[in-house]
Amino acid sequence: MPGSETKARLADWSIHTSQHGRSLASERHSEYHILRPILPVSQVGVQGAALPQLPESMRSRKSIVIGLVWAVASLVVQTGTGQERAQPAEHAGRIDFSERIAPIFEQKCQVCHGAALQSGGLRLDNAESALKGGYSGPVIVPGDSGASRLIRLISGTVEDLVMPPSGDRLSQAEVRLLETWVDQGADWPRDATHASKAKQDTNHWAFRPVTKGDPPPVRRESWVRNSIDRFVLARLEEEGIEPSPRAGLETLVRRVSLDLTGLPPSRRAVEAFIKDPSAAAYERLVDDLLESPHYGERWAMHWLDLARYADSDGYEKDSERPYAWRWRQWVVDALNRDMPFDRFTVDQIAGDVIPRSTLDQRVATGFHRNGLKNREGGVKIEQFRFEETVDRANTIGTVWLGLTIGCAQCHDHKYDPISQEDYYRLFAFMNAVDEVEIAAPMPGEMGPYLKSLPAYLERRRELLHANRVYELQPAWEEKMVLAADSPGRWTDWDHALDAVQKYLDNGEGIVRKPRSERSEREQIKLEDHFIKNYHRVITKEFWKELDWVSLRKELIELRAQTPDISYARAVSEARPARQTHIHLRGGWNQRGIPVEPGTPAVLPSLRLDGRHPRLALAEWLVSRENPLTARVAVNRIWQEYFGLAIVPTADDFGTRSAGPSHPALLDWLAAEFMDNGWSLKRLHKTIVMSATYQQSSASRPDLQERDPNNTLLARQRRIRMPAEMIRDAALSASGLLNTAVGGRSVRPPQPEGVTGLAYAGSVAWHASEGRDRYRRGLYTFLQRTVLYPQLANFDMPDRTASECARERSNTPLQALNLLNDAVFVEAARALALRALDAGNGDTETGLREAFQLCLARKPAPSELQHLQDYLGQQKALFDADPESAAQFMPIEIAGLDKVKAAAWTGVASVLLNLDEFITRE
Amino acid sequence: MDTLEYRAIQTRRQFFRYCGGGLDVAALAFLIGQGSGKAAATNESPLAPKGSHFAPTAKNVIFLLMAGAPSQIDLYDPKPALQRWHGHPLPESMTKDLELAFVKPSAKVLASPRVFRRHGESGTEFSDYIPHIASRADDICLVRSMHTEAFNHHPGQSMLMSGSVQLGRPTVGSWVSYGLGSEAHDLPAFVVLSSGRGASGGSSNWSSGFLDSTYQGVVFRSAGDPILYLKSPPGVSNHTQRARLDAIRKLNQERFAATGDNEIASRIQSYELAFRMQSAAPELLDFSNESQATLDMYGVGQEPTHPYATNCLLARRMVEKGVRFVMLAHASWDDHQEIDRKLGKNCQITDQPAGALLKDLKQRGLLDSTLVVWGGEFGRTPMGQLERVDEAAGRDHHAKCFSIWLAGGGVQGGQVIGKTDELGLGIDEDPVHIHDLQATILHALGLDHERLTYRHMGRDFRLTDVGGVVVPGVLS
Repeated sequence: MPGSETKARLADWSIHTSQHGRSLASERHSEYHILRPILPVSQVGVQGAALPQLPESMRSRKSIVIGLVWAVASLVVQTGTGQERAQPAEHAGRIDFSERIAPIFEQKCQVCHGAALQSGGLRLDNAESALKGGYSGPVIVPGDSGASRLIRLISGTVEDLVMPPSGDRLSQAEVRLLETWVDQGADWPRDATHASKAKQDTNHWAFRPVTKGDPPPVRRESWVRNSIDRFVLARLEEEGIEPSPRAGLETLVRRVSLDLTGLPPSRRAVEAFIKDPSAAAYERLVDDLLESPHYGERWAMHWLDLARYADSDGYEKDSERPYAWRWRQWVVDALNRDMPFDRFTVDQIAGDVIPRSTLDQRVATGFHRNGLKNREGGVKIEQFRFEETVDRANTIGTVWLGLTIGCAQCHDHKYDPISQEDYYRLFAFMNAVDEVEIAAPMPGEMGPYLKSLPAYLERRRELLHANRVYELQPAWEEKMVLAADSPGRWTDWDHALDAVQKYLDNGEGIVRKPRSERSEREQIKLEDHFIKNYHRVITKEFWKELDWVSLRKELIELRAQTPDISYARAVSEARPARQTHIHLRGGWNQRGIPVEPGTPAVLPSLRLDGRHPRLALAEWLVSRENPLTARVAVNRIWQEYFGLAIVPTADDFGTRSAGPSHPALLDWLAAEFMDNGWSLKRLHKTIVMSATYQQSSASRPDLQERDPNNTLLARQRRIRMPAEMIRDAALSASGLLNTAVGGRSVRPPQPEGVTGLAYAGSVAWHASEGRDRYRRGLYTFLQRTVLYPQLANFDMPDRTASECARERSNTPLQALNLLNDAVFVEAARALALRALDAGNGDTETGLREAFQLCLARKPAPSELQHLQDYLGQQKALFDADPESAAQFMPIEIAGLDKVKAAAWTGVASVLLNLDEFITRE
Repeated sequence: MDTLEYRAIQTRRQFFRYCGGGLDVAALAFLIGQGSGKAAATNESPLAPKGSHFAPTAKNVIFLLMAGAPSQIDLYDPKPALQRWHGHPLPESMTKDLELAFVKPSAKVLASPRVFRRHGESGTEFSDYIPHIASRADDICLVRSMHTEAFNHHPGQSMLMSGSVQLGRPTVGSWVSYGLGSEAHDLPAFVVLSSGRGASGGSSNWSSGFLDSTYQGVVFRSAGDPILYLKSPPGVSNHTQRARLDAIRKLNQERFAATGDNEIASRIQSYELAFRMQSAAPELLDFSNESQATLDMYGVGQEPTHPYATNCLLARRMVEKGVRFVMLAHASWDDHQEIDRKLGKNCQITDQPAGALLKDLKQRGLLDSTLVVWGGEFGRTPMGQLERVDEAAGRDHHAKCFSIWLAGGGVQGGQVIGKTDELGLGIDEDPVHIHDLQATILHALGLDHERLTYRHMGRDFRLTDVGGVVVPGVLS
């Protein structure tokens, strides 16, 4: 057909017109000009050029007319010369762009496709952009209106989308005019100067470089403990507001202990500080807390929310991730070692592609593996891979850039200068990863493992051999590889391969590898999967005969008897590499133009300089030029200390954010953070050493109206503790807490039936035993679809996405939880025994002890009186009902007066339920 | 409303709540300062009843979530034309755009073995598997033209309950409690009942997402404590518990006087509500004041209806107590195999109680103010899922068309909305998106789905995301 070649050439031209200049395009126009006298303008536009696109049916109906047109047209193509150029345009019905076309674009299109906004990446106010097209590719094919998406969209006949989507549509006459103009070659004068897509809004405060200004002078010098205070006090003095006095010593020591370690202070620490409340003593206390291994645990809590950490996949199946904890371990260790935040960032984002990367660095990339995983039966692997990549890109946007870039997945960001192209450039970095499981032994694991390995493998081989696994498995693998090479041909085998992909990291890659190239672990996992999912090659009858149920049991037992090492979920460079495209309207299978990895245009540009792109991205994030990372990080940490961040929308630094309450302070903190080599411990210390931090948190009637949110920081704030900390505090006060640091997740007891709400009983909760029952909340197994109830009741996020600020709700379910949950009742009993022990027969001493253990302060006389009254009342109640006493205090200890112990348990429970107990004051 | 403003209002609310609580006068004076007169007049909690955007037709919602996607072809949307194709694949031209989870477009058609009959004055057709629901035909507005984007369960349920396939958004019950508050004095605003084997969405089906957990659905459990941690510890009588609460309150008041933090006043209120729930929740489960006729009508105490019937009856009792939103999940309808048998079983469990619920609400005059919604996350294919099209066959997921129904709460009963094509592959008339359904539910409650928003991550979120139109003709 004569059209196809012409069309190919045309498409080519449309991309290169800007380079070839006008003459080439004009030449092309001329070929059609000859047609004008033959057919009326409208017919030429619609029929002549539309031919290559017409479906078979339409062609037949119009074959006569079209055949004629093509006969003439092809003649023209062959014989056309340059002579028509001399012919005046108007004689050939030539359409003048400026007069007739430009006004249409201006009135109907440029609201969305103009200088301010380029929906779908399309801009229709200059020739270069317009001919380049949008995210879906070119929309104008000069000379071929039928191949031009623009024409199809404005005429609304071919696709379900009509442009413009709202407001007046183009009249039929206008549509024809545009068709003809395109068919005439889409001649668009280039004389006007056109800037390429402008960088917008670089003036937004968050996109400006961080500048470290001098802390301002203040009148009340004596109040100032460090530079933070100057920024805060200067503002307060401006407003004529007095800061609050320093908090009481007991309050302060509890506050700083909870903030830095997540645990209440030890009795010794409180006493020492009260004896010597000097600045030096406070600093010593802070230093000690920062050196505590519990510091890493407390601040891992913060990071885990951002990293959307969980121990299960989420979604329907919500399968366990037995080695998710290995990444958490890395976080706790890194924080305890005060790994600088820039390295902390680079290792997590790109640890695997750092030249000569260490095991730790590869474990760190588990950050990318914390998102949800859908292993539901009908899920399309590629669709979900796309969604996971979206989640990874969005998470980087939230955690490091503080931008809601996720909005640009489907369209250019409505408020921030993030185009859809920017989005997919960032997405491209994460589109280039594969999921892998790596051996990540903990200290002491490797020796016993290696020693036992040969015997284990030998025994395993015997079992598999005896059960004919080696005989049957190759056919299974072969068929999956065949299916992988021609998807859609053997549906059953597609499903079998899907299952391998869903359950094994990089499953298809493993199946495709020859056995000799698989790691021992990969081979074992594949074999285990085969034994479980036999049915694709083996009939049910034969399978029964094989008795692989017993085989599986034996293998599981064998594994359990053999020392193993820990593994980690990590990422590696994708093989083969993937080309990223813009996904139109965010659809996983709606590919637009290809894009390369890059950073948002509004931010400083990224140069690879020979580095791996993902490594370059990571280093760019923590480069001095990036205005966001340091600000975003310090802002979030500030929020933990004051209950309100300097930029109150910690998850959004975009143009719609509230903006910083203390801009100079935010920048000073960010700069100081970078100047101190991104040391988190130094940042924490700077904050807690400030007078601002050390203020009393009591409400101030004088500020109720003026500053109800405490934006100006004229006082501290009482903050209800996060869920994990409440658990830790109860276990700590009662002496039950297991203070071991790190390790696997545990399952503290929870009421029967909680996991029954998960899909089809897919979640089992076998409560941990022994000391594992009393581990810190951080280590509680995080089952996404059925969160541990106490954590959920106190606003633990469900970790579906990165979370920058926890809610602090106040609900009756929380009351029920603290009053009646067996964990807290057990804590009350243990606390009661501790108090009885300390009192050694003296009620007041015992009560003071219990009070001190819970609240780290001495009771006021009236408080002591309330407790004494209550204890007396409880004793009377239980005296009358010793059976109830024995139920409430079932612990058998020789010589223990049950009635007395039950009454004390009541007192302990009261203390564990106080608002103050669950509040950092 | 931005986060700051929201928090400020929360604080003010908590402040006001304290003032109405009748606590220590000295502390009150300390706290209120100058504005005491006005403040004392208000008593507002995050769940205090709030005004709607316009006059509602419904006060409460009972949402019967049929998790797993029941087959519309075998229950609500008769397709006699499928008989002609039974056992044969459909032409490729008809199936090329279908997105399917498990089967190929070339799978063989499975005509429904069920018999459809017209019911009520309206003559709406229902299958013989759901005679009790069918008997309420004139109360029911059947929508046969539902469609959604998701065709896997968890994303589908997330779409249905929260308006987004992305997890982490508040669910409809949370939005409603956030928007309207609660009229229950001793029960939560949003309660969840569950039967069967657990829905794919798990707790995300009643999550409050980024709203605070005040608005989260509270699960009423079928075994053990009806609400988690509801029961006092062993050896603690009601009397002992009350004494414990009093001691906690006195000490909390002391701290309140010392710090002036309104949050403590809220805490005191939460403990009081918790204590009231401790007696109110078990009372709900005490059916002794229900007549035998009522129990029989629901199928309480009978097999296999008992668990679901109990939940339906509980739903009515909760609505009577002012619970705003009751979500009643039953799983699973995901019948990829043996669909006829499994569907029959689920219908035996749920049909009678659901029909009884409508009847009972009506005879008590509650149906006028209670919106009942019945539906799953998507529908099922006209094609079968096995090579064989016999009793072993099931149906795959189908997002392009499915049926749900609404009744009560201002819904115009006895009508059918929308029409699917003769093979049940797509919609011919009046498509209704999940967001449209959600907009309609909110509308019945007097809420404008475009105005019920919450600022999060720099954006005003709403239940209907960026879509949703109140379905014309559903509400009277």
